[in-house]
Amino acid sequence: MTVPAVELVNVIKHFGDVVAVNDVNLKIEDGEFFSLLGPSGCGKTTTLRMIAGLETLTSGEILLRGKAIGQTPAFKRPVNTVFQNYALFPHLTVERNVAFGLEMHKIPKEEIKKRVAEALDMVLMGDLSRRRPNQLSGGQQQRIALARALVNRPEVLLLDEPLGALDLKLRKAMQLELKQLQEQVGITFIYVTHDQEEALTMSDRIAVMDEGKILQIGAPQEIYEHPNTRFVADFIGETNFLEGTVSDINGEAIDVSLDDHTIVKAHSDLSVQKGQKVGVVIRPEKINLASSGMVEGKVLEIIYIGTDTRYVVQLKDNTSITVREQNLNSTQANKYKRGDKVGLNWDPANAQVLKK
Amino acid sequence: MTDQIPSKTHQTQLRLDYLAKGYASFINRLKQLFFNGYAGLVYLFLYAPIILLVVYSFNESRFPTYWTGFTLQWYRVLFDDHLVGAALKNTLIVATSSTIISTIIGTMIAIGVERYRFRTKPVVDGLLIMPIIIPDIAMAIMLLVFFKLIKMNLGLYTIIIAHVAFNISFVAIIVRARMATLGTAMEEAASDLYANEWQTFWRVTFPLLIPGILGGALFAFTLSLDDFVITNFTSGPGSTTLPVRIVGMTRRNITPEINALSTLMLISAMTLVPLSLWLQRRAKMS
Ligand SMILES: Nc1ncnc2c1ncn2[C@@H]1O[C@H](COP(=O)(O)OP(=O)(O)OP(=O)(O)O)[C@@H](O)[C@H]1O
Ligand SMILES: [Mg+2]
Repeated sequence: MTVPAVELVNVIKHFGDVVAVNDVNLKIEDGEFFSLLGPSGCGKTTTLRMIAGLETLTSGEILLRGKAIGQTPAFKRPVNTVFQNYALFPHLTVERNVAFGLEMHKIPKEEIKKRVAEALDMVLMGDLSRRRPNQLSGGQQQRIALARALVNRPEVLLLDEPLGALDLKLRKAMQLELKQLQEQVGITFIYVTHDQEEALTMSDRIAVMDEGKILQIGAPQEIYEHPNTRFVADFIGETNFLEGTVSDINGEAIDVSLDDHTIVKAHSDLSVQKGQKVGVVIRPEKINLASSGMVEGKVLEIIYIGTDTRYVVQLKDNTSITVREQNLNSTQANKYKRGDKVGLNWDPANAQVLKK
Repeated sequence: MTDQIPSKTHQTQLRLDYLAKGYASFINRLKQLFFNGYAGLVYLFLYAPIILLVVYSFNESRFPTYWTGFTLQWYRVLFDDHLVGAALKNTLIVATSSTIISTIIGTMIAIGVERYRFRTKPVVDGLLIMPIIIPDIAMAIMLLVFFKLIKMNLGLYTIIIAHVAFNISFVAIIVRARMATLGTAMEEAASDLYANEWQTFWRVTFPLLIPGILGGALFAFTLSLDDFVITNFTSGPGSTTLPVRIVGMTRRNITPEINALSTLMLISAMTLVPLSLWLQRRAKMS
């Protein structure tokens, strides 16, 4: 196995009494597009800043290609950052902003000129090289910030919600562009976001954080299909959560008995025991509606959203389950009415058992 | 019936509201009138003497009681006055050197206090505003005693030191405000782009601070130009500055020459202060 591009070992960060990052362990592979995803205040920025060297570690170590850099000052780390507010130097032109890192490295003038021009072309900003940052739009500033970091060919590029300040349409376009750019330059990206959709579409792997801890690391599909906690399941997309006790075990196939003794079929990667209290997570689009089924309830609400119809079904114990059905034909949405008794079915492989 | 009663009270209510509104707007207008008039009076009180001073500096008559005709002769007298010339020279020497020294020291203090954490920071913070809140006269006496103690002869040097002592605080506070609005984001970006502390300071922090530093320097210069109390206590023979000289001249007689001199000082202050404010505002916008 190759040496990871970045490795965090038992990293802890306290700000006074606040534990911002709580014992984080991470291995990020070379050339990977890695996202740190989590709600506001969960410690994403702090983690990123520690990798950049802008924040000291309370304890733990950070390795860059196997070399400990925990005590190395920021300016000596071959790592660059695209800051959330871009942090372009207002007193320098776009060109000088992008040249800044190269100038600090005492690169010959001719080469600086060439590389700055290349970098600006790469982000399609070649025409604006003489402007000042305050003469640029948010999207343009974002591109310049990207060029200013990438021109140094860092070993790792850190991005802290770089698209956060852009409007939805531009954000979507930039997501694709960023992803393509990353593949083109082959640099390891560590990308901070609190937008789960963004993380899913762009990342090779995602680490989901909450309250300073990493809850799960995995490829987008793995995180979406096999969340290991209720928090992850909730945070990544819409989900349903049922509670019950294990009533039968058959290898990975698990029967869970709900409070009203309905038996629900599910699947578990974890070892569970009979009688254990567990949760079952199932995504709305993985449930089929029928006139009868494994679980029964009545339709509480029907929401038509174009491509899909969303049904909220109330079970006997008053839990609400959301079901999404694709509108395969124009009358699909009329199949059920509010108050109808319906049954819910799913492939047990799609219902994930979680320990409580 | 049951319908009518609420509607009637409703109507009365409406009428009352209307009256109340009318009354309120009447009071408001009265207030406005009063405050406009009041403001007018205040302005008159503030500016009438200044206008009179300027006008009478062009008055032919030696006495400020009558307007006898326009003349520039008082300005001529002023320019021929060697004592005033010497005082002006001293004033400029003191103002320039104390501004340069206090700007350098004040800026360094501002950076130190704003960017570094140290145990005695609250003390330094407090000491920084002391020269601003201490009465001039107290500061003047303290400085005088100090110079006597170290047996320093009073002269231009002591005035300069005294001016530096009070100017440092103003410069430091203005530069600090600028630093606080700048935040640390730019410096962090620089260090992320491989700039060490020295490079970060000269390439990023300092250029961004320049408007604040210039604003502080101009402010210090203005304060130094017209300081009387502290200068009077710390000056010696031959080191008279303009304000001290003017006070000396008025002891004998208020001549139109003083009006002319005051007018010129007024003009210089009126250009320097807005310039300083403008620099600070520009700094805030960028
Ligand atoms: N300089 C600081 N001093 C004190 N507490 C801090 C500091 N920086 C961050 N924190 C705290 O550490 C925790 C993690 O903050 P962090 O900025 O890493 O969150 P985040 O995940 O980036 O959130 P967001 O999505 O809102 O940017 C928060 O509780 C925050 O209040
Ligand atoms: Mg953040």
